[in-house]
Amino acid sequence: MIRIENLKKKFKRLQVLDDINALFAEGQVVSLIGPNGSGKTTLIKTLLGLVRPDAGKIFINRHQIGNDPAYREHIGYMPQIGRYPDNMRVGQLFTMMKNIRMKTEAALDTDLLVKFNLASIFDKPMRTLSGGTRQKVSAALAFYFNPDILILDEPTAGLDPLSSEILKAKIMEEKQKNKLILITSHILSDLDDLTTHVMYLQEGKMIFLKGIEQLRKETGEEKLGKAIARIMNGEKKSVLWIDEVLMLETNNQSN
Amino acid sequence: MRKLSRYVLYDILRNRVIIVYTLFLLLVSLSLFQLEENQSKALMSLLTIVLIVIPLISMIFTTIHYYNSYEFIELMLSQPLSRTRILLSEYVGVSVSLTAAYLVGVGIPVLIYAFDATGISFLLTGSALTLAFTSIAFLASVKARDKAKGIGAALLLWFYFALIYDGLVLLILFAFSDYPMEKFTFLLSALNPIDLGRIFIMLKMDVSALMGYTGALYKSFFGSGWGIAFTTGIMLLWIALPLLLTLKIFRKKDL
Repeated sequence: MIRIENLKKKFKRLQVLDDINALFAEGQVVSLIGPNGSGKTTLIKTLLGLVRPDAGKIFINRHQIGNDPAYREHIGYMPQIGRYPDNMRVGQLFTMMKNIRMKTEAALDTDLLVKFNLASIFDKPMRTLSGGTRQKVSAALAFYFNPDILILDEPTAGLDPLSSEILKAKIMEEKQKNKLILITSHILSDLDDLTTHVMYLQEGKMIFLKGIEQLRKETGEEKLGKAIARIMNGEKKSVLWIDEVLMLETNNQSN
Repeated sequence: MRKLSRYVLYDILRNRVIIVYTLFLLLVSLSLFQLEENQSKALMSLLTIVLIVIPLISMIFTTIHYYNSYEFIELMLSQPLSRTRILLSEYVGVSVSLTAAYLVGVGIPVLIYAFDATGISFLLTGSALTLAFTSIAFLASVKARDKAKGIGAALLLWFYFALIYDGLVLLILFAFSDYPMEKFTFLLSALNPIDLGRIFIMLKMDVSALMGYTGALYKSFFGSGWGIAFTTGIMLLWIALPLLLTLKIFRKKDL
């Protein structure tokens, strides 16, 4: 569904994406993992055409992406920080998106809209919403048009536990429908029961892309965080970000 | 595209800057026509004000609008819409509202008090200036990375076109006063849309005698059909070239 070939991108002197190659198929839930500034968001933005790569090709549904924006029809995107026009009301936002995508009412997926009870705030302007509510709007918009590919950038950050569970259940449900879902998150425990594949990025390089079962078998660890750490240690890399994360976690637990 | 422009227009009308601008123009032009017995004198005074105010308001308003709708642009970019279409919709929205403000604010008084060929060309010139400076402001906004730089660049450009340019021309003409400069001044006037507009109207008003030898020369050149075609052509270039350049930059920009 998505094929990435030799993707490269430089911001000034910083190599943000360094020769990325990957293949994602339908039915997969791919977790993009890596420290801050490892290129996860840039990779996602490149897939969306927001960032133009210096070199390399991206194919979505067998079509190479270029100047034709039609492929974005198949993508639902939930940004890390949802930014919307201040004066627009929540209801207007949804109407506008419907107008732009030209979908019929029947083709829409209003599941999250209902579960997050967004209809009750339809007449509120976007600027009055809290960060979490904004996040809910972003999530509902991403799933609204029933896209084949979902790209979720830090979907659960800022959501309350209940809403976070609702969103995870929704992702699970879409996974059953054989869609491709890309997620980035720093909360590894959130990804544990969702993910089928893990893509690990560091300093713009792809360290590995593996199925979760294979990862578990190779490492003998059940938990995603520990499994990744095991792999990294096995490859004798110097101090890695994931080690420090786990060390912090164990320290917190022992306290 | 019309759909998008409608949202842009709606957004502009919601903040009342455009309405205040319209009322300001209306007030100035009505009072000038009331104060002066002689219509062409009133038109001359109005011309001086219009040539300063239109470029300033067009540029500042456009730049601020661009940065305020950055979120909207970002949101649209993750939808199946092309970048050209998004930016053109923004341009149409801004320029239509600014031109409408001018046509109401200055157009109505001119139609009432000075409805003749001069009046009409006055309105055409003002509209063309609005469009040209909106284009230039879009170019400045797309090129500059942040709001402060964008607005600074817009102000500097306005300074250049409205004030510094005249000084430069005088300096050049004075320094080379021993040489025949008449042909050269044609070229110079084409380099500034404000100058172009001023000459265009002054010739129509038959006060070109006030402009001395060069004025007479202008008259012999611009007064003919070719002259009008020349000024109109250059003015259209001033509208189209910055806009095309803006689109070219925007298409390659990382967001």
